[in-house]
Amino acid sequence: MQSLSAARVTELKEHANSVRQGIIRALLAAGSGHSAGPLDMADVFTAMYFHVLRNDPKNPMWEDRDRLLLSCGHIAPVRYSAMAEAGYFPKEELLTLRKFGTRLQGHPERIRLPALETTSGPLGEGLAQGVGMAQAAKLDKKDWRVYVVTSDAEHQCGLHWEATMTAAKFDLDNLTCIVDRNFIQIDGSTEDVMPLEPLGDKYRSFNWEVFECDGNDIVAFIETVDKAKAVKGKPSVIIANTIPGCGVAFMEGDYTWHGKPPNKDQADEALRELNAERERILAHHG
Amino acid sequence: MASSNVMDGVESMHLVDYTDAGAIKEVPTRNGFGEGLIEAGKKDANVVGICADLAESTRMEGFKKACPAQYMEIGVAEQMLVAMAAGLAAAGKIPWIASYAMFNPGRSWEQVRTTMALNETNVKIAGAHAGVSVGPDGATHQAIEDIAIMRVIPHMMVVVPCDSAQTKKATIALSEKWGPAYLRFARDKSPVVTTADTPFEIGTAQTFREGSGVAIVACGILVYNALSAAQELAKEDGIDCMVVNNHTIKPMDEPAVIAAAKRCGAVVTVEEHQVHAGMGSRVAEILAANHPVPIEFVGVHDQFGQSGDPHELIEFYGMGTDAIKDAVRRAIARK
Repeated sequence: MQSLSAARVTELKEHANSVRQGIIRALLAAGSGHSAGPLDMADVFTAMYFHVLRNDPKNPMWEDRDRLLLSCGHIAPVRYSAMAEAGYFPKEELLTLRKFGTRLQGHPERIRLPALETTSGPLGEGLAQGVGMAQAAKLDKKDWRVYVVTSDAEHQCGLHWEATMTAAKFDLDNLTCIVDRNFIQIDGSTEDVMPLEPLGDKYRSFNWEVFECDGNDIVAFIETVDKAKAVKGKPSVIIANTIPGCGVAFMEGDYTWHGKPPNKDQADEALRELNAERERILAHHG
Repeated sequence: MASSNVMDGVESMHLVDYTDAGAIKEVPTRNGFGEGLIEAGKKDANVVGICADLAESTRMEGFKKACPAQYMEIGVAEQMLVAMAAGLAAAGKIPWIASYAMFNPGRSWEQVRTTMALNETNVKIAGAHAGVSVGPDGATHQAIEDIAIMRVIPHMMVVVPCDSAQTKKATIALSEKWGPAYLRFARDKSPVVTTADTPFEIGTAQTFREGSGVAIVACGILVYNALSAAQELAKEDGIDCMVVNNHTIKPMDEPAVIAAAKRCGAVVTVEEHQVHAGMGSRVAEILAANHPVPIEFVGVHDQFGQSGDPHELIEFYGMGTDAIKDAVRRAIARK
C-alpha cells in the first residue's frame, strides 16, 4: 500500500473543499434538494474520483472503467459536484441542478449523463444493480471493479439484503459497498426510526468482509478502500462514519438538514466557512 | 408503426387445421419459452438466464442444462431478479428473468419501472403462470393484472403469444430486439394452432380467420377459444367472424386494429386478464381515437381467481367459447 504524500493529501482536501462549495452553490440555485448527505460524502466522492477509481473523465464510458454507483440518489449533488471538479463537465452546469432540461436531474438518470451507471432515487436498489454489474465483469473475466455508495437508512429496505446475500453467493470480491453512516434519515435518527445496529455484524453474518473508517478523513478512507480491494473470494463493505452536513458548522449533526437546501444567507455563511477552511488547508501545507 | 397484414389471406399464416380436433396437440406455452431460450442462449453467449427458485416450472431448467455458464439462480427474491438483471444489462448482457407473473412483475413493479424502463436496460421478463388457468394454486398465484401494470410503463414491450410454438418464436425475437420487454405465458397445456412456418414479428398482429361480421381480437391461449367460437357462430348463426391474434399488446399494431374495426364494424376482445387496462382496453383506446365501433370485452370482470380445474375456471370467469359467442352476438346487436 502506497502512502499518500503530504502534498497529495492537501490536493485532495482542496478538491473536497471545492466539491462542498459546488454542492452549496448548486443547492442554492436549485432552491430544493438535500444538504446533509451530499456534504458528509464530499470526502468519499473526492477520494473516489481523484484517487480510487480507474476512470477517464474525457472518456466517461470507457469500457474498462470502474463502476461507481450511487444507490441513494438523493445525495446526487455530491456526485455531480465531484464529477464537475474531476472534469466530466463544466462546473457552471452545476447551477442547472433540478432545472428543466438539465442533465443533473433531482435524482440521477443514467441515460442523461454518461457514467452515472444507474438511475437511482427509490432506495435500496443500487447494490442489487451493482451485483449484476460485478457478476457481468466476472462472466466476461474483466478486472474492473464495482463500488456502490449507499445511505445507512436504505439498509431498512429488504432488497438491499437480497443483494447482500446474492453478492456473497457469487463470491463478488470485485464489489465494494460504501455506507454513508451518518445516523440520520428524514424522520430522525436511524436508531429511532428503525435501528440498524449492529450493522457491521449484519454484513459479517451475510459473509461479507467488513471495514469501518472515518468517512470524513480522506486518507483513512483511501487506506480502507485499499484493504477492501485486497479481499479475495467475498464482497466487502466499508462503513464510513460521517457527520451529516460535514464542513458547514450550522448544519453539522442536525437531521433537519437532510432534505432542504440553504437559503441565500445560509449559503453565504456556508461558503464563507468553506473558504476559511480552504485557507487553513493551504496554510497548513505551506 | 408496424405494418398490418390484416387483409392478407389466412393461408399465409400456415395454421394447423384447428377445425379438426384430432389435428390439435396441446402443449403448455411455457414449453415454448424454454425451447426458445435455449436457442437464443446458444446463438448469443450474452443471453443469460436468472431464475428465482422456479427453474423447472418456468421451464428455465433446460437453459440451465444447455448453457450452464449463462445461468444464475438467486432464490426467492423477485425484486433482486429485476435489479440484478438491470446491472447485468448495463454491462452488456441480455438477461431473461423468470418467475411467476404474479411475483415478477407483480412484486417487482417499481424495480421494473426504475431499473429496467426508466434506466433503459435490455432486460426481458418471462412471466410464467399468468391467468386463472394456473388452476389449483388459486388466486394468489393467478396473475390477471400483469398486462395492465406492464403496458402502462413507457417503452415496455408486452407480448402474449397464442401457443407454445409462438412463445418459442417470441422468446427468440425478443432476445434479438433491444429494449425492456415482458413476455407473458401460461402454465396449463393449451392447443397449438401455429406451426414452424407461421410468421411472427413483434408488433404485427395476425389474421387467423377472415370475416366481416365481428372482429374477435384475442391474445394468449384464448385465441384458440376465439377460433372455436368463430367456427361455431358461422355454423349456428351464420355470423362470419374475423379472428385476430393480437399477440403484441405494446407496441400494439394500431393499423391492424383499426382495419379490423373498419371491416367488421364491431369488435370483441378476448384475454385471460382483467378487462380493465388490459389488451382489450388498449384496443378500445385505439378505436375511440380513430374509429369508434361497439366493443365487447371478454376477460375477468373485476374479480380474483380461485382454485379449480383450468377449463372450469376459464368457463366460470366467462372466457370460454360460449362466452365469446355471447359477446359476439351482443356486439352484432349493437352495430
